[in-house]
Amino acid sequence: MNQRTPLIIFALVMAAIPFIPGVPPFWIVLLNNIGLAALVAMGLVLLTGVGGLTSFGQAAFCGFGAYTTAVLTTAYGVSPWLTLPLSLVVSGIAAVLLGIVTVRLSGHYLPLGTIAWGIGLFYLFSKLEFLGRNDGISGIPPLSIGNFRMLDPGTIYFAIWIAVLVSALLTMNLLDSRTGRAIRALRRGHVAGEAFGVQTPRAKLLVFVYAAVLAGLSGWLYAHFQRAANPTPFGAHAGIEYLFIAVVGGAGYVWGAVLGAGIVVILKEILQSYLPYIFGGQSQLETIVFGILLVVLLQLAPTGVWPWLMSRLPIQPGRKMPDASLPLATPVRAQASSAVLLQIEKARKQFGGVIAVNDVSFDVQAREIVALIGPNGAGKSTTFNLITGVLTTTGGTISVLGNKVDNAPPQEVVKLGVARTFQHVKLVPDMTVLENVAIGAHLRGSAGAISSMLRLDRADEAKLLAEAARQIERVGLGDQIDQLAGSLSLGQQRIVEIARALCVDPLLLLLDEPAAGLRHLEKQRLAALLRQLRDGGMSVLLVEHDMGFVMDLADRIVVLDFGTKIAEGTPDAIKTNPDVIKAYLGATA
Amino acid sequence: MNTTIMLFLLQDGITNGAIYALLGLALVLVFAVTRVILIPQGEFVTFGALSYAMLATGQVPGTAKLAMAMGVVAFGLDLFEARRSLRPRRVARAFALNIALPAAILALTYGLAGPKTPIAVNIALSLLIVAAIGLFLYRIAFQPIAHTSVLVLLIASVGCHLALQGLGLVFFGAEGLRGPALSNTALTIGPLRFTGQSLAVYGLTVAFIVALWLFFGFTLMGKALRATAVNRLGARLVGIRTTLSGQIAFLLASIIGAISGILIVPITTLYYDTGFLIGLKGFIAAIIGGLVSYPLTAVAALLVGSVEAFSSFYASNFKEVIVFTLILPVLVLRSLAAPAVEEEKD
Amino acid sequence: MSALLSVSDAHVSYGKVEAVRSVSLEVADDEIVTIIGANGAGKTTLLNAIMGVLPLKGATAFAGADMTLLDIEDRVAAGLCLVPEHRELFGTMNVEDNLQLGAFRIPKESAARSFERVYTLFPRLKERRKQLAGTLSGGEQQMLAMGRALMGAPKLLMLDEPSLGLAPIIVADIFRTIGELRAAGVSVLLVEQNAQAALKIADRAYVMELGEFILSGSAKDIASNQRVAASYLGFQHEGASGI
Repeated sequence: MNQRTPLIIFALVMAAIPFIPGVPPFWIVLLNNIGLAALVAMGLVLLTGVGGLTSFGQAAFCGFGAYTTAVLTTAYGVSPWLTLPLSLVVSGIAAVLLGIVTVRLSGHYLPLGTIAWGIGLFYLFSKLEFLGRNDGISGIPPLSIGNFRMLDPGTIYFAIWIAVLVSALLTMNLLDSRTGRAIRALRRGHVAGEAFGVQTPRAKLLVFVYAAVLAGLSGWLYAHFQRAANPTPFGAHAGIEYLFIAVVGGAGYVWGAVLGAGIVVILKEILQSYLPYIFGGQSQLETIVFGILLVVLLQLAPTGVWPWLMSRLPIQPGRKMPDASLPLATPVRAQASSAVLLQIEKARKQFGGVIAVNDVSFDVQAREIVALIGPNGAGKSTTFNLITGVLTTTGGTISVLGNKVDNAPPQEVVKLGVARTFQHVKLVPDMTVLENVAIGAHLRGSAGAISSMLRLDRADEAKLLAEAARQIERVGLGDQIDQLAGSLSLGQQRIVEIARALCVDPLLLLLDEPAAGLRHLEKQRLAALLRQLRDGGMSVLLVEHDMGFVMDLADRIVVLDFGTKIAEGTPDAIKTNPDVIKAYLGATA
Repeated sequence: MNTTIMLFLLQDGITNGAIYALLGLALVLVFAVTRVILIPQGEFVTFGALSYAMLATGQVPGTAKLAMAMGVVAFGLDLFEARRSLRPRRVARAFALNIALPAAILALTYGLAGPKTPIAVNIALSLLIVAAIGLFLYRIAFQPIAHTSVLVLLIASVGCHLALQGLGLVFFGAEGLRGPALSNTALTIGPLRFTGQSLAVYGLTVAFIVALWLFFGFTLMGKALRATAVNRLGARLVGIRTTLSGQIAFLLASIIGAISGILIVPITTLYYDTGFLIGLKGFIAAIIGGLVSYPLTAVAALLVGSVEAFSSFYASNFKEVIVFTLILPVLVLRSLAAPAVEEEKD
Repeated sequence: MSALLSVSDAHVSYGKVEAVRSVSLEVADDEIVTIIGANGAGKTTLLNAIMGVLPLKGATAFAGADMTLLDIEDRVAAGLCLVPEHRELFGTMNVEDNLQLGAFRIPKESAARSFERVYTLFPRLKERRKQLAGTLSGGEQQMLAMGRALMGAPKLLMLDEPSLGLAPIIVADIFRTIGELRAAGVSVLLVEQNAQAALKIADRAYVMELGEFILSGSAKDIASNQRVAASYLGFQHEGASGI
């Protein structure tokens, strides 16, 4: 089934609805409201469901869109079509200003912050003189094309739904791209993405602004649909409702936003029109029922309706397999000013009073497998984090091919050809193995958000996916390429991380406990792969506790204890080193 | 600027701030134990305040019946959950907590309510009613989804807020209510006059802060509540019933909310939806306190109260805007101080 | 002989996937029993199900009483305790508080005795008693997890991969302590990937593959079994066990 077919069918159905004889005009009004809500919720899908940034304040961005056009068209007589870009820009600028502050916050601070400024902006709208205070602004001109004025709900219907469909298409395109993968990786924390060159703060700001612009578009349409704007629809409760819509539909799915908007808008309408008949004229009953339904729904289907529907669909959408023969250019790297691949000199890291890495020096030469061993808490993972720029050093120098990296951000270190895996696997569980591995090739593509939305990135994208497929094949997971990463065993997930690192086309591969959770045979296969990589010219630095594996594989071993290097040498020398036996291996090793 | 005015504003700010501090503490408490960001905290305030105000006029508030209804639902959920092992003791325990308790409260309320009922009795009844609602709210809305993410809990919390606020309108109507003062004594220091009411506000706030600190730092049950917050599975594995921890947290929060409401309803007229805004200001304090620190939350609450008092004097139109944007610089500071290493998610 | 723990015909499923199929096992008083098997064989799932963390279909009895319908918390009170794979410590609380909470279900007087016993077993924990659990090293965290479980004076301690991610020398220490537990009257059900070390201290063993027990017997017999040697003891002959 072609991915576009359902979209085209949906567009045709929506286009036909107003022409069906006997459709009550009231239905069209409802559909307009659904479309407007769907636009905002779609932004939230990207922001919350995909990017993991929860916002209760989206209604405020609708307000920016609506008030911009309201003021400009009524007070200055500007044409509505001219105010469209301005509305979007104003929402976008507001988002940049708020976003710079908020997207850096982790966990629950972000949603709480959005509630606070959402309410603050609502009061601002309702107090400012030039926005008409609580009464708002009325007499906004309708949209018009030539002499055709979109005065009634049936005509602006088309403007609204074209906006919805185009936005949905652009959003889906964006998600299915290099930038999209970076966005989808945000929810799992910033470290993994940054290790492969993703500028996470920028990616977060991008989705924040994107969501705000969609909300601004909805606000602009709303102003010209209602021909008036007042603060009420842009307050805290509206913001809460938009988030509710996204969650009801299925917060990770573009079409979930449309479905959720449909369910919520229609439900509210039914509640408002029928409840008073059942319970007598009591007001606000619909809020009570609405609130209760929300709680019940979360208990029954916390992931939303859309994924639930999709899993019951008889035909599952197929996926295109990448053409693994497309070549991807070798990355251009900085000039080498030293023959030593990795040189660590007196590297030091202090956390408060604790010295995690204490003046450690060692190096890794080209075509060499070096193992870093030592008790837990000896500073092995901290050393990895210092090399890859996740942490900054307190002292000493670290250089890659002569380029100093001791205080460079991870995005710069990976550009020098250093790729890594993590002790605690950092894959995106609901992305396929292929998509996860393709994140490794992030720096080897160049397509940005705009070109992804417009599908101008396809040639670039095909090459990236081809490279990812080749590396998956190389580590022996070809059969799992299409599975969700989260469905693999932990051992296999570690191998997927290695494939992702290989996509960097690295000179130096850092592996943090790659053999943990592997069976005997799998370990042998991994060892063979690492030897093959070394023979192909790559170097490997690995942390590992399985001494059989390490002694068999490594050319050289560095032993850390309490942050200090206590020994360095060949496996045979290390095995018999009395200090190492005392601190780490124990009596009989 | 006139010193007397400034002192008045400061006094006003501190009185309000103390209330926000109480609510902030409750929010921190509930979040720490259950990870629920308690938006309906404001409804506990209005329910407490307006139940008290209605009782003062001799009427039985609808909240008493709500507690009964929620108890019935909670009982049903308990029975459904234990359907495979309906041992008599278990059923009896569920019946006592979910049916007998709210029924007793309802009966007491009907029995005692009247125009001549002493203030202390009315306060006790209001607290009982709201405490029961808090307890059952956790059982019904949050216990079944206790293992889900903070976001899901937050949205459920918003749902509870909507439902309870709607019910507030049904019970108390759209008109605001005021309650009788707790005491009519007053104390005058220089130009400032401290009413018994405001002294009660200060005293209770300090008492709660000390009590919570003692409870969490030094009692086994307090530590068990903290442990539940840190690691649910770990807590269960040492035999701590996490559902019990959650219920205790909600019980405390609802009592604190109701007390706050009873403390302010003699000073200001409260409407069915006033609680939301009051709760949110406690919430700003809680955020400033990082949702973990009780003393910081209390200090922040006093700050929020003072800012509000001064801005209502100098820019009354933009009072709410100023109070709610107060959060932004705090967020900036928090982002600058954010830890370098990310926490493990999911 | 009536067993301390007996599980018969147990099935555990994740959704549609059956991770444990028709497993029966027994642990007697003062016995160390180990379940060995590859990653993903279902060992952790089985332990979690016995503890009540996951739903189990089948019959389970503990200390002579049926416990099929008991919650985790009731099983803890009955004297069954699990040290899970991820340890599940209270990271932002100190060592002493962690241990004190381990004694949540027993009377105060017995808790004092438990403290003494745990500090004797793990003197390291006494040195660190004011340190936050989250800042301990991996080996110390494992000791604390075991110590916390022992605080509740359990009759049966279930250990899930106690050696995972630890340095060989610490692994040796942990296994020595497990051996000492028997003398203190605690039975142990041990799940380990480090089969060699586990078989050395165990009385009996079960071998698990793809959710089923394929072999059982005395630890000595299992250790000398050809198939077990080939599948599970292979790589580790070089000294990974560290004992």
